[in-house]
Amino acid sequence: MAMASLPLWLGSDYYINIASQILIWAIFALALNVLVGWSGLVSLGHAGLFGMACYTGAWLLEAGWGHFTAVLGAFAMTILVSAIFGALSLRTRGIGFIMITLAISQILWGIAYRWIGLTNGDNGIIISARPTPFGIEMDTPGVFYIFTLMVFLLTMLIMAIFYQSPFGVSLRGTRDQSRRMSALGFNVWLIRFSAVLFSGFFSGVAGLLFLYYHQYVSPHVLSLLNSAEVLLMVISGGTGTLLGPVVGAGLVVVIKNVASAYIERWNMLLGVIFVAIVIFMPEGLVPGTQRLFRWVFARIKSIGAAIKSEAS
Amino acid sequence: MRALEIVGVNKSFSGFRVINDVNLFVDVGERRLIIGPNGAGKTTLFNIITGEIQPDDGAVLLNGQNITNMPVQKRSHLGLTRTYQIITLFPNDSLLKNISLSLLALSSLRWNPFVALGARNDIKLQALEVLDQVGLKGLADRPLNQTSYGEQRRVEIAMALAQSPKIILLDEPFAGLSIEERTQIRELLASIPEEVTIVMIDHDMEVALEFAEKITVMHFGEVVVEGSRAEVVEHPKTREIYLGG
Amino acid sequence: MGGLLFLLSAGFSLIFGLMRIPNLTHGALFMLGAYFGVTFLRMGVNFWVAVIFAGIVLAIIGGAIERLLLRRLAGQELAQVLVTLGLAFIIADACLLIWTGDPIPLSAPESLRGVERFFGIVFPRYRLAVVVIALIVAVGLWFLLERTRLGAMIRAGVDDPEMARVTGIPVSRLFTIVFALGAALAGVGGVLSGPILSVYPGLDAEMLPLALIIVILGGAGSLPGALLGSFVIGFIYNFGQAFFPDLAYVVLFLPMLLMLVLRPQGLFGKHPS
Repeated sequence: MAMASLPLWLGSDYYINIASQILIWAIFALALNVLVGWSGLVSLGHAGLFGMACYTGAWLLEAGWGHFTAVLGAFAMTILVSAIFGALSLRTRGIGFIMITLAISQILWGIAYRWIGLTNGDNGIIISARPTPFGIEMDTPGVFYIFTLMVFLLTMLIMAIFYQSPFGVSLRGTRDQSRRMSALGFNVWLIRFSAVLFSGFFSGVAGLLFLYYHQYVSPHVLSLLNSAEVLLMVISGGTGTLLGPVVGAGLVVVIKNVASAYIERWNMLLGVIFVAIVIFMPEGLVPGTQRLFRWVFARIKSIGAAIKSEAS
Repeated sequence: MRALEIVGVNKSFSGFRVINDVNLFVDVGERRLIIGPNGAGKTTLFNIITGEIQPDDGAVLLNGQNITNMPVQKRSHLGLTRTYQIITLFPNDSLLKNISLSLLALSSLRWNPFVALGARNDIKLQALEVLDQVGLKGLADRPLNQTSYGEQRRVEIAMALAQSPKIILLDEPFAGLSIEERTQIRELLASIPEEVTIVMIDHDMEVALEFAEKITVMHFGEVVVEGSRAEVVEHPKTREIYLGG
Repeated sequence: MGGLLFLLSAGFSLIFGLMRIPNLTHGALFMLGAYFGVTFLRMGVNFWVAVIFAGIVLAIIGGAIERLLLRRLAGQELAQVLVTLGLAFIIADACLLIWTGDPIPLSAPESLRGVERFFGIVFPRYRLAVVVIALIVAVGLWFLLERTRLGAMIRAGVDDPEMARVTGIPVSRLFTIVFALGAALAGVGGVLSGPILSVYPGLDAEMLPLALIIVILGGAGSLPGALLGSFVIGFIYNFGQAFFPDLAYVVLFLPMLLMLVLRPQGLFGKHPS
């Protein structure tokens, strides 16, 4: 509820837009975390899935199709590409998996960048309007934010349900002991493949929101930089919790937009924070901060106890 | 129809023959022991039975069905279970959770992405029953990494029992246990229903003698002696391998 | 172009082969070397001296990265890869900060300007020189790997790190050396690339994927693979730009993808990545 009232007290459109952006990236980060955190599969190519939704949606809209078809088409395409992603990358694990996901997304990027006839290359595609679900206009930042918020909350809900479900538990089992899971009777490959599709779907959700937010798509959405940024969001926030990727998304978006007004070289700042988190707080900000708080509380308690025993 | 048949199986790794023309026939309900010094190929044989390793030639039959080319995850659905020498369970999860996972593996519920697993009482009750069977019901909520090694070994066996197996492969279930703990395991094994076939790997002749009806001795990847307890103990080859054992 | 790519990918291949991590900082190190070359040249130093200086500076930086950052995460390959990713960001931005965003053309040394003619085909002298240098480096590396004790230890580490450790080979020190060497090669390649490509922000993002492709195709840890791969990819890159500009990237990455899926160890590699 606090988040819903945000537009009211943030005032400036600029900040409302930042909030929308955070939510869009949070959905993307949550999607990636299904693979990174829950399946133990690190993907450096998720921009490929995100971008496919963007481009498919944009292309369909500019070709004259309505929003409903465009959205459906984008989802269909994203799931198809996810299936290809899964089929190819699940032949390996660890570093091999990273490289294959990287390669696939680079190929898609290359196509978007060079095949000017299809994608308009670096100039990108502009779409004319945002959708109007139930006749509600979404041109103002405030309304768009509410819409994005609703999609985000729905995503969080679905993720939470999924996490607790038998399938979610099995997925995490394959992350920790895949050999054992196989022997017990779980079809590890199929479980992982399904996770890739699930992750791809929500990457597509984020991609579509992105498209409607900017009303513009360029090859950058498919770039390695993009994949790296969302991975950074997941890792910095922490892969073990639902809140982690959201916090990570917030961190990166805020640094990119807000800090960049004060610090010119925010990319470097991002890199430094990233490296620091990987080295010092590898489980991410959310668990790391919890740990920090617990440590602080423990110190306070012991000081309090010392004072008490002094007094008595 | 036999519970387990291994026919003419060979396996080499990088040119080195680790399983050499092994034939093994285990009847339903039998208690078979596979014994032999380190490196004899016993665990490799288990891995071939479960499908984690593919044999170069030969066949593996489970209750008459040829499972040689069957993927690993399908075999437990046919009633094949196994325990491991090294504990490969989920240390941060409770015993209840670990056993639940074993039950989940055979249930169609495992594909369900909606309900909360924790809310499923049926699985919970079943898991508690299994833990009771191995005498660990009281520790159901304790994380695995906070239980003793002996308790963990019992959980290993519980994981197998949870799947109501037709045949259990036990890989050195007594390793590293104290005398008390061994007795517990022995009693546990004795309580397993007769229809369940048990094949055990072990090193120790003494332990073995109590449990096994029939013993297979392996050495350098081959079956060298096979027979009843008495026959195997008397056999000169066995003496040779165990140097006065 | 093939020559440049060899210098870039030889280091990458060694690092990947020995330390099992795709060094995502490699493109940035290449670019950093190029920028250092620019600075040295501006200080009035001779071209070749600048190349050597850049190599040395990069070796120091590379060694520092390994000792201070990567070693702390020994054994956690994923974390190391992520660190190299973060470093790439940092270095790329630092270059932007220090040398600004304008592309800087580097001129080839006097002696190598102009062209040579062979069999009626015109070759720019400088590019020939780069190829020659790359071949000399290749021979030098081959000598290092095949004929010296250090080389033998590196090869042992690439083949079987566990065994290497057990037989007393100082694997961590080896990592530092190899990383420094790889960085130096990248840096030298960077400076040498100046006259051909110019030095500009984004050079790192262009070079890194190429190094990846070459090493995946040729096999991690394999110098012949890197050599062959470099020239083949260099060729495809130049031709691709000319003839299929639309699909240039696809033509490059598709073979890499196929190789990863079908034969993960590359053409000459020893083990799957």
